[in-house]
Amino acid sequence: MSVVALKKAPPPVKQAPAQVVPLPVAARSGQWLQKSVAWVVSSVLPPLVVLLVLLAIWQIAFSGPTAGLPTPTKVWAESSELILDPFFVYGSQDIGLGWRVLTSLERVAYGFGLAAIAGVLMGAVIGQSALMMRGFDPIFQVLRTVPPLAWLPISLAAFMDSRPSAIFVIFITAIWPIIINTAAGVRAIPQDYRNVAAVLRLNQVEFFWKIMVPSAAPYIFSGLRIGVGLSWLAIVAAEMLTGGVGIGFFIWDAWNSSRLTDIIVALIYIGVTGFVLDRMVGWLGAVISRGTAT
Amino acid sequence: MTMAPAKYLHIDRVCKSFTNGSKVTEVLSDIRLTIDKGEFVSIIGHSGCGKSTLLNLIAGLTDVTTGALKLEGREVNAPGPERAVVFQNHSLLPWLSVYDNVKLAVNKVFSGTKSRAQRHDWIMQNLDLVQMTHAADKRPGEISGGMRQRVGIARALSMEPKVLLLDEPFGALDALTRAHLQDAVMDIHARLGNTMIMITHDVDEAVLLADRIVMMTNGPAATIGEVLEVGIPRPRDRIALASQPDYVRAREAVLRFLYERHRFVEAAE
Ligand SMILES: Nc1ncnc2c1ncn2[C@@H]1O[C@H](COP(=O)(O)OP(=O)(O)OP(=O)(O)O)[C@@H](O)[C@H]1O
Ligand SMILES: [Mg+2]
Repeated sequence: MSVVALKKAPPPVKQAPAQVVPLPVAARSGQWLQKSVAWVVSSVLPPLVVLLVLLAIWQIAFSGPTAGLPTPTKVWAESSELILDPFFVYGSQDIGLGWRVLTSLERVAYGFGLAAIAGVLMGAVIGQSALMMRGFDPIFQVLRTVPPLAWLPISLAAFMDSRPSAIFVIFITAIWPIIINTAAGVRAIPQDYRNVAAVLRLNQVEFFWKIMVPSAAPYIFSGLRIGVGLSWLAIVAAEMLTGGVGIGFFIWDAWNSSRLTDIIVALIYIGVTGFVLDRMVGWLGAVISRGTAT
Repeated sequence: MTMAPAKYLHIDRVCKSFTNGSKVTEVLSDIRLTIDKGEFVSIIGHSGCGKSTLLNLIAGLTDVTTGALKLEGREVNAPGPERAVVFQNHSLLPWLSVYDNVKLAVNKVFSGTKSRAQRHDWIMQNLDLVQMTHAADKRPGEISGGMRQRVGIARALSMEPKVLLLDEPFGALDALTRAHLQDAVMDIHARLGNTMIMITHDVDEAVLLADRIVMMTNGPAATIGEVLEVGIPRPRDRIALASQPDYVRAREAVLRFLYERHRFVEAAE
């Protein structure tokens, strides 16, 4: 024991002056700076490095003359304008990708908004009864795996018009996890809270707002979070129907006129937007269901 | 049979069995008990004998299988604020502040009869009764277990219940906090004079607080084994009481019942 300690002791002693002395000075002058540097190093640097490595591999892999895909440098050369200026307007159909994303977001807002309202209400009703849960759950579990594209023809046949069908495709893609999670959240409401509601004689509406929603909020929001992701996934399928200026249709259009580099830029826009949407719903859920954890 | 004189809370030959598939378990059998207005009754019995079940029946949270349960001559068949419950594990809503937890009850019960300002005063008055005004804006997660239990009592009292039902309200608390809250309950009972039914597994607590102690036999098919009139004058003081012969006698009677005649039997099937 003591031998080991003696052997290991010297190195820290040697290093200690170099590490310890600068710290108090730095702490006094720029603790904030130090913290933000630490944050950049721990959170921003790793994904940045991975991204650069991936881009490099991509560049090398598709540099050959017969390569099917454009390289990153080619994407930059041909489509940099789309990246640099998201909000240009050259004509009613020729607008920046930022505008296109906003157009698509509006469509998603309708589809997802409807799915959120209908999903939470249906989940609340189904979750209240064990029998309904047993009846509906397997059906929802099956329906939730149907891909957005598969809903297209059904939706068109039902609505006969492209605009409502597009919104319906988003709606029907997003609603299942919302229903399933809300129902699970409602089933998980502790009996104690139900007893409190019963003694107070809360009616259905009061029970919904005062007990069910806050108690099931973590479940509801994880459903909404999955739902918002899915509804954004459905945008390309939905806009194949509607045409117009959305980001989804832009991809479909670029594919039809073989502008591969444009598609790659559009993919980045979609990915980043989807990421932001996901984080926003996640953050909202964390804020709203803060009190439910205990 | 002749009409008996009006009884306040009348539990008449109540049986309760739970059905689980084809298996029927009789938990309570032939419970008869009459409780007067303003009386403090303690229910004591070994774990699992059906004390909570009995309290839930009075609360209306579960239905009687046979028999009748009447409050002021009216059948009890649903829960309601006139039979407020202080639950064993406080059951405060964690997303609401202390104030809002009581407010939920007050707004529901007095929305038609009190103005907004009166309701606010009433909430504060009830929090004051349990000395919790200082933490009105705290969430249940931010206060101690004893404080939560006090807020649970304030919430129940704020409904101005005819009968206050307490299900082992201090079971999870340390001895000091427990003594403090027992005093608080005695004080509230003296001031408001409401009817209280309290489940406990603590003999001293039962004797200290109750006018009568209802002792239950072991389950299954538990029933009331004995009812003890405590008969110690109020106000009661826990320190002076300890050496008083009435107290010692009552305590001994309950202990004899629990540990001699109805010893706890593990897994009685
Ligand atoms: N909903 C239910 N379904 C089936 N059995 C039940 C139900 N509720 C209670 N029981 C059974 O009834 C018996 C009495 O339960 P109860 O909770 O009333 O006991 P208790 O006297 O309050 O016990 P403790 O002192 O541990 O709280 C137990 O054996 C329990 O398993
Ligand atoms: Mg119990």
